[in-house]
Amino acid sequence: MAEGRRLRWPGLTLTAGFALLLVWSYHGTQVDLAALFGSEGRSQIATYIEKLFPPDLSRKTLVDAGMGAVETFAISFVGSLLAVVLALPLAVLTTRTLLYRGILYEGRRLGPVSKGIRVGIYVIAKAVLNVLRTIPEIVWALIFVFLVGLGPFPGVLALGFHTGGVLGKLFGEVLEDVNPRPLEALGSAGAGRLAILFYGVLPQAAPQCLSYALYRWEVNIRAAAILGFVGAGGLGQRIYIAINLFLENELLTLILAIYVMVTLVDALSAYLRRRLL
Amino acid sequence: MTDSTRSFRSAGSVGRFAGKSVFGVIFALLFLLTLGASLRLAQVDPRLLFEREALHNLARFIGGMFPPNLSRSFLALMARPVLETIQISVMGTAIAVLIGAPLGLLATGSLSWSGVLHERRTAGGRWLLGFVPYALARLLLSVFRSIPEFVWAFMFVRAVGLGPFPGVLAIGVAYGGMLGKVYSEILEGVNPQPLEALHAGGASKLGIALYGFLPQALPNVVSYTLYRWECAIRASAILGFVGAGGLGQQLELSMRMFQFDEVLTILGLLFLLVAGVDFVSGKIRAQVVR
Repeated sequence: MAEGRRLRWPGLTLTAGFALLLVWSYHGTQVDLAALFGSEGRSQIATYIEKLFPPDLSRKTLVDAGMGAVETFAISFVGSLLAVVLALPLAVLTTRTLLYRGILYEGRRLGPVSKGIRVGIYVIAKAVLNVLRTIPEIVWALIFVFLVGLGPFPGVLALGFHTGGVLGKLFGEVLEDVNPRPLEALGSAGAGRLAILFYGVLPQAAPQCLSYALYRWEVNIRAAAILGFVGAGGLGQRIYIAINLFLENELLTLILAIYVMVTLVDALSAYLRRRLL
Repeated sequence: MTDSTRSFRSAGSVGRFAGKSVFGVIFALLFLLTLGASLRLAQVDPRLLFEREALHNLARFIGGMFPPNLSRSFLALMARPVLETIQISVMGTAIAVLIGAPLGLLATGSLSWSGVLHERRTAGGRWLLGFVPYALARLLLSVFRSIPEFVWAFMFVRAVGLGPFPGVLAIGVAYGGMLGKVYSEILEGVNPQPLEALHAGGASKLGIALYGFLPQALPNVVSYTLYRWECAIRASAILGFVGAGGLGQQLELSMRMFQFDEVLTILGLLFLLVAGVDFVSGKIRAQVVR
């Protein structure tokens, strides 16, 4: 893994800059570790932890946590699928090797208008992906709650849009990176652009793309658990209520529910990825 | 995906994955069932997007965003939160390293209880002094990283009050869990041959750790820590939603007050911030890791 990579000690400027950055951040964020670990801070934290225990295992809370967990799972699952659906076409449109350069276009001259249109498509698709990716899930969630009202559906849309941007970028990189020889073979045998995409590019890119999608699903299960903070359903909504109403024992149950679900999804995703690659 | 020949060879595995008769069928069935149930549970209803009210709100949202609010006073007001977001991400990552490094070392099997360093230890010593701390460290790391930083932030706001400090702690704890796990994976993955050589040459445990493990692991450790810093800037930008300082607090305010021109400005700032940190982090990586 580490073979061939060596660490070079950074120069004086970099080290000094890094030290300055740390000091500046330390002051700016009002970090007060002394107070945190001083006797008062310690006792405050200890009291809070004591209040968390024991977790509320009453039937009502368990059912509530279970429902929240299942809803969170559903949001992350559908959201991730929506992301793939959004990402694929955009990724194809940002694959320059299919649009205007690379082995398929060797010895072929595109007219200025045709080339301009193709570059334009690439630039626009890239820009769309950038916008989707830049806006964090939670902001997308706020926007969609504003558009379609409260509930899990805006959560699904939020995950789909943000993750769509992330996956679109990753997929695009994978699609541009495939082995060009089969594409050339298809092209010289007279295959059209679409055929090359489906029989040359996608089969090569699929395992890596699927692996990325599964990884983002793991990220999304965590994200889905918090979108409820802005009213987009799932466990987050219940956690928000529990924290605000000082229901610490219930809070611990809900946090345990997140822990269990995140661990399960990680294991499932790891299993599928092993099976896949 | 730099090695395109490898990806080409593995292309056959998709067919294998989908085609393996029993597994394929069961997988497809389960997938469809989950999808159906999830669609219903998540109350997915695309028609909602095209209802009059949604379209009206959309028009209001997009119309309100342009032109973005670039007035001098608003930009001046945003300067502090932007800087604060950077500071939170830096300090949060620093604390994450402080948490992740020791726990990661304990959670590395080859350092704490198995492998060449421990061949001569008694079984009891190995178990009590090696495996128990190892298991505890792993559990702690998994709890730290499984609870989203957002929830950590919410709890720290309750514990230490509003401001950037709870944001720093939230990123520190959640990312500490992730860093610790990845550090231990990197350490487990080092080539054991140099370790054996050092061991055979009579090097002490500390010697093996310093001259065998560290030089092999450090490039990946540094590079992954920088990557986490890039993630931290995104996280610190949204933690403000629960009162943990930074740009997120302003974003939520503007969103709740329907000041969409301010929202667009803040999103633009966020974009610049993230792109800037990615750039700096990439530069540092190129400088430090060869």
